[in-house]
Amino acid sequence: MTSIAWDRRRRAFRRGWAEYRSDREGIVGLVVLGLFFAVALLAPLLADGSELRAVNTTDNPVWAPPTEFRPLGTDNLGRPIYDQLVYGSQVSLLIGIAATLIAIVIGTVVGVAAGFFGGWTDAVLSRLSEWFLVIPFIPLAIVLAATLGPSLRNIIFVIGVTSWPVTARLIRAQVLTIKQRLYVERSRALGASGAHVMGRHILPNVMPLVIANATLTVPIAILSETTLAFLGLGDPLRVSWGSMLEDAFSAGALGREAWWWYLPPGLCVIAVVLAFTLVGRAIETILDPRLRAGWRG
Amino acid sequence: MSEPLLAVRDLNVTYRSEAGAVPAVRGVSFDLAPGETLGLAGESGCGKSTIAGALLRVLPRGTEVTGEVLLDGEDVLGMKPGRLRAVRWTEMSIVFQGALHALNPVQRVGDQIAEAIEVHRTAENSETRVAELLETVGMPARRAGDFPHQLSGGQRQRILIALALACNPRILIADEPTTALDVMVQAQVLELLERLQKELALSMIFITHDLSTLSYVCRRTAVMYAGRIIEEGLADEVFARPKHPYTAALAAAFPLIGDRSHRMNPSGLAGDPPDPRAIPSGCPFHPRCTVAVAECTNADVELWPAGEGRQAACIHVLDCAVR
Amino acid sequence: MSDVLLETRGVHVRFAGRHGDVARAIDGVDLVVKKGEVLALVGESGCGKTTLARTIMGLERPAEGEVIFENEPIRYDRGFLRTYRGKVQMVFQDPMGSLNPRQTVYEAVAEGLRIQKVPGSEATRVGDALARAGLRPPERFVHLYPYELSGGQRQRVVIAGAMVLNPSLLVADEPVSSLDASVRGEILKLMLELVHDAGVTILVVTHDLGLAWNIADRIAVMYLGRIVEEGPAEKLLSHPRHPYTRALLSVVPEAEEMEQQILQGEAPDPTRIPSGCRFHPRCPLVASGEAERLGIEERCRGDDLSLHEVAPGHHAACHAL
Repeated sequence: MTSIAWDRRRRAFRRGWAEYRSDREGIVGLVVLGLFFAVALLAPLLADGSELRAVNTTDNPVWAPPTEFRPLGTDNLGRPIYDQLVYGSQVSLLIGIAATLIAIVIGTVVGVAAGFFGGWTDAVLSRLSEWFLVIPFIPLAIVLAATLGPSLRNIIFVIGVTSWPVTARLIRAQVLTIKQRLYVERSRALGASGAHVMGRHILPNVMPLVIANATLTVPIAILSETTLAFLGLGDPLRVSWGSMLEDAFSAGALGREAWWWYLPPGLCVIAVVLAFTLVGRAIETILDPRLRAGWRG
Repeated sequence: MSEPLLAVRDLNVTYRSEAGAVPAVRGVSFDLAPGETLGLAGESGCGKSTIAGALLRVLPRGTEVTGEVLLDGEDVLGMKPGRLRAVRWTEMSIVFQGALHALNPVQRVGDQIAEAIEVHRTAENSETRVAELLETVGMPARRAGDFPHQLSGGQRQRILIALALACNPRILIADEPTTALDVMVQAQVLELLERLQKELALSMIFITHDLSTLSYVCRRTAVMYAGRIIEEGLADEVFARPKHPYTAALAAAFPLIGDRSHRMNPSGLAGDPPDPRAIPSGCPFHPRCTVAVAECTNADVELWPAGEGRQAACIHVLDCAVR
Repeated sequence: MSDVLLETRGVHVRFAGRHGDVARAIDGVDLVVKKGEVLALVGESGCGKTTLARTIMGLERPAEGEVIFENEPIRYDRGFLRTYRGKVQMVFQDPMGSLNPRQTVYEAVAEGLRIQKVPGSEATRVGDALARAGLRPPERFVHLYPYELSGGQRQRVVIAGAMVLNPSLLVADEPVSSLDASVRGEILKLMLELVHDAGVTILVVTHDLGLAWNIADRIAVMYLGRIVEEGPAEKLLSHPRHPYTRALLSVVPEAEEMEQQILQGEAPDPTRIPSGCRFHPRCPLVASGEAERLGIEERCRGDDLSLHEVAPGHHAACHAL
């Protein structure tokens, strides 16, 4: 029977994919994301890592516009913008995804526990997530970055730890809804234990929401990283789009109208964030009405 | 014979959805005389609620409606927006099913009724009129200040009736008005509707799936299946001596208490009412029919005379006529 | 009394009301369910019939009284309840909601077997249960999802899921009220077949007296948390003794011969149960003065009462009888 179950799952996936294909915005988002992921993965092939270090770029012209130095010009230390952009994608995407993973895992565990067990567990966990929600992100990030030190790992930690409450709230609400569904009561009437209900009914019905929520949390994480880096709290040893913006800003690129320095990283952030949002929305649209649209009678 | 108050001729309603055209009503015609109550019976997907929406033209935009709906000779389907708005609620109104969401949950019920009055400016003082209406439907006037969730199902249904009567319409369309209610409350509401009909000389179209209620409230009944009327006649005749096999099956779903032939003898139809997107060829009922013959699969069935004041869309009716 | 399958003795179930008051959902019910019969629990919404069904299932715990199954009072520890659930099963009102939309028909029916850890071939049992519930051939249905089925088919899946455990008692809460009228008879026919072939006892909770006439051996009428009349179906429905039953029957369109007695108002809510006979504020006997003429009006207003025999096997709770 399990092979047939897998067959059904594959068919369900193909159906979902077919639906996704019809969502034009979703496809656009997916393509853009694909592009950026490819760039991040193939960075060593597409750009020259050595050019990121100022010591290697003394031969390059400084503040050179794209017309002078292909393809995107150089910054105040002669480092090519193009190479920074390509390698920067790695950091931005990595932080975005890693931080989201932490946020989703913590958020889902907390949300499921609070929703399923209720009572004291719910009270404690809900107060905890509210506390985290209320804390303003940037001051907390500054404090944490100052105490822990500005490394990639710590940035991921900071963003993850401040983003999980939103997920927790969402998941908790969904768990509460499912708990009241008649098929859960039927399961209980059949003699099911809490673990069975959790594993067979609650989690499978919560997972789609988790996936959709994750896809929409990544852009938030990327923006958070950009903000932190822009404030000088990022990892000073790695280049990210945010750090590029920070460098450009502090070097006075705005005043000098060196648009080739601050525009590309800004546009990349916007593009990736938009792409994730489009994909996330497309996934949400498929997972939600599919459970409702097929009902007959 | 005087002219019917409402004459529906060859009404067709087709919804437009991503899956294509969905024909919900396919060529329905009926008359409503002044002061008469007509019953429309059928199950989910038969199109009866769509008809209610079509008569007042409140169906979603893009829905194709053809045919004629003659109110005192004037075609509602051809009315200009201004005239239509004047006619809606003042000539014809709908009593919806009294579910909680039929009323605005954050507005007091008195205000909701007053809104209808004020939009049509049918009374000088809407507050007095609201109190009047509540009394007419058997509720104390002070309940006008309540919110929908503070009322019971029966009380909500009365409010919806009051709302429908707000502008003194001549025709009341009741769409499943007692379906979600208990038997006793249902009886109260039916008694109320009967009384109102006499006192206010209303004409009513009563839509429901409960065939037994219809024989009690209506003079004539039309039974619908797959978007068409498949039987029509005097209500208690149709219930007691159905001519169409579907009507017979529907009637059998409401066993007569006291009738020994209904003891330990449940009877039902296999299958389901057809999806309007996939209506069977020929007679739409043939896949579920116990007396179907070969011709039923592709014969063009229409309403044929089946006795005094009776019509039925079944081939077997023709055989009887010949005999 | 070896033919008694289940009994409730003095069961009271109370819920906390909204403003700290107590809702007496079940206010002292003694119900007997005999082996192999179909018992209909009839009443309007708010009378407590669903709560009673859930209490019998062990999903609600009585504040007082006990539920006795096969001569043994049920306990509420996990081990006992799990075994109990293998013998007493429930079919719910809403077939759409009773099935997890992400589970196939097979998984929905097998769920009970897996929870109860029933040994033997799961696939065979599932197939048999589906076939017995009228879904033939079972292979055609096992891989479908609920949204691909019709309402009637979904209810058959739920019934199969309950019957796969071979319960002795099946509690059906409004099993056909959310199905299309023309389809109801098929499900009712199935239920009668199960009684005949599988020997299961059925307790049907319904507001529909016509349904009770159709399939019930005995009927118990509930009002505001108590049983006010119970007895053999034919006798009760052709010669009802309690004024409430009489009023109910008189307004059912399917019983035309009676003169209509439309009761005023609606049943009060279970937090404010009237004193004396709980039906007295709406009772036609009191309202028409008949109670006064019989000299019982004071008792109607002041003395609570329970079921007493009015004919062999037929009980009612009325001062006038």
